[in-house]
Amino acid sequence: MNDRRFNALLGFAALVIVFIFAGFLFTLVVQSLPAVKQEGAAFLYGSEWNPVTTHFGALPFIIGTLMTSAIALVIAIPLSLSAGIVMGEYVNSSWIRSILNTLINVLASIPSVVFGLWGIEVVIPLIRKLAMLVGAPPYGAGILSASLVLAIMIIPYMSSMTREALMNVPAGLREGAFALGLTKQEVVTGIALPFAKNSIFAGILLSLGRALGETMAVTMLIGNATRIPTSLFSLGNTLASVIASQFNEAASDVHRSAMMGLALILLVITMLAGWFGRSLMSKGMGAYGK
Amino acid sequence: MENNVFAGQYRGRKRKDIFFRIAVMVPAGIVIALLFLILAQVVVNGAKSLNFDFFFQQQKPFGEIGGGIVQAIVGTLMLLATAIVIALPFSLLAALYLYEHKGSKRANGLLSVVNTLQGIPSIVIGVVIYSWVVVPMKTFSALSGGIALSIVMLPLMISMIKESLEMVPASYVEAALALGAPRWRVIVEIVLPAAGSGILEATGLGIARSAGETAPLLFTAFGNPFLSLNFKGPISALPLVIYEYIKSPYDDWHQKAWGAALLLVVFVLSLNLFIGTRKKR
Repeated sequence: MNDRRFNALLGFAALVIVFIFAGFLFTLVVQSLPAVKQEGAAFLYGSEWNPVTTHFGALPFIIGTLMTSAIALVIAIPLSLSAGIVMGEYVNSSWIRSILNTLINVLASIPSVVFGLWGIEVVIPLIRKLAMLVGAPPYGAGILSASLVLAIMIIPYMSSMTREALMNVPAGLREGAFALGLTKQEVVTGIALPFAKNSIFAGILLSLGRALGETMAVTMLIGNATRIPTSLFSLGNTLASVIASQFNEAASDVHRSAMMGLALILLVITMLAGWFGRSLMSKGMGAYGK
Repeated sequence: MENNVFAGQYRGRKRKDIFFRIAVMVPAGIVIALLFLILAQVVVNGAKSLNFDFFFQQQKPFGEIGGGIVQAIVGTLMLLATAIVIALPFSLLAALYLYEHKGSKRANGLLSVVNTLQGIPSIVIGVVIYSWVVVPMKTFSALSGGIALSIVMLPLMISMIKESLEMVPASYVEAALALGAPRWRVIVEIVLPAAGSGILEATGLGIARSAGETAPLLFTAFGNPFLSLNFKGPISALPLVIYEYIKSPYDDWHQKAWGAALLLVVFVLSLNLFIGTRKKR
């Protein structure tokens, strides 16, 4: 062993990591070619997904993905911001703070399939009752059930990122504001939140990335219907859930190839959300030294 | 007179302050209550199905009551072992690369690749490993499942190990170099042992994160109703059992799905708590 060989070894491992990523993109592009060739651009905007007639349009799933993630965000944002604000600004006892932290970490580490199980046994019956109340078809499963559980799943990430962003606000700013006689609320909404807004927004985007790619809980709750969802109570599918529910039973090679295409679309969407989120995060950090 | 105006204004601001406090406390309380509800339901429902057979018996044929999920417990352990054997050396070396070339263009490039890998949805990992491993091997296998899980672990472990390497005091490295030790020996004999506990934590967290992953296993490990020790054949896993059982029409299997969920949650949480308490020390 010498330094040159050692460095070569490290470089080799680094290359492997890069190749894994490049290989993912390459494989997905190559494998999805047959379906894309057959469908052309309609693969992206076609609204029919039919393995029997071998017509594959991804639109129902793109809409399903965006719809569930958007609803989940709408539910999760107020809850997570509040929880983050309480943990970052209102809890002074370090004892309670560490308990809350542990609780949030616990929620974050529960596997997605367990959330799916919980959703099937608890959320679906509730939504079924709600659907009957408002006169919607009482499937129970559907867009709303999936979005609700999705929201619960991203709350821990979003609230702990909000808390961290608030804790990065320099103490001097806060002290100065209190010294001027501002109330707590004025300090939080006028000083801390505006200062932390980039990091908080980044946290929201990173949570969105998770929601977009979340598979198991959504697959178990969304009802797996291959049509464009028309209401909160309709059955649907996301890019991830249609792959999970149909890949092993692919009816033909084109069907499988079309699902590789869906995986590629999903990868690109989540990568964009992640990049955007991370660039905002570094911007947020750079705003005031650190 | 003047004074009263300020007093009135202050009262308004005070009221707003209290209102805001309530407006954030109530949703935060809802979040905490929800968490307790979910955990409590997993514990209460899961505990009902825990018995000797649950841990040591195989699955009974469809519709028959009784039996256990030993095939899934063993399967999960085999998958995690495979994954960590692959992920640990690569993440260690890649983290060392980042440590040695810190700030260079290549290291920054690698870092952003690692961050991007971390964001890849796990179902995508499943379909890619399917075409990389399952298709050439012509069979679902524990090996392919382990490889898929190792890719789930990799980015997380790389960034955690990198952080613990960077916490090793520079003076250690400088002192060793000043004694004339070659760079690689300094790394192997000084930096790695000093970062040892961090590396252990990263390994634990990698396991905790991937133990509950289901999506990458659907098209790789696939699941198996029988106890199998064959790495080249399909294998069961706890998350796969949860997914499969809850879809089945049998009450007994629904019950076992909760049991498997409890087992999984306890496993993941105890790993997390173990790491958490180590960190504080």
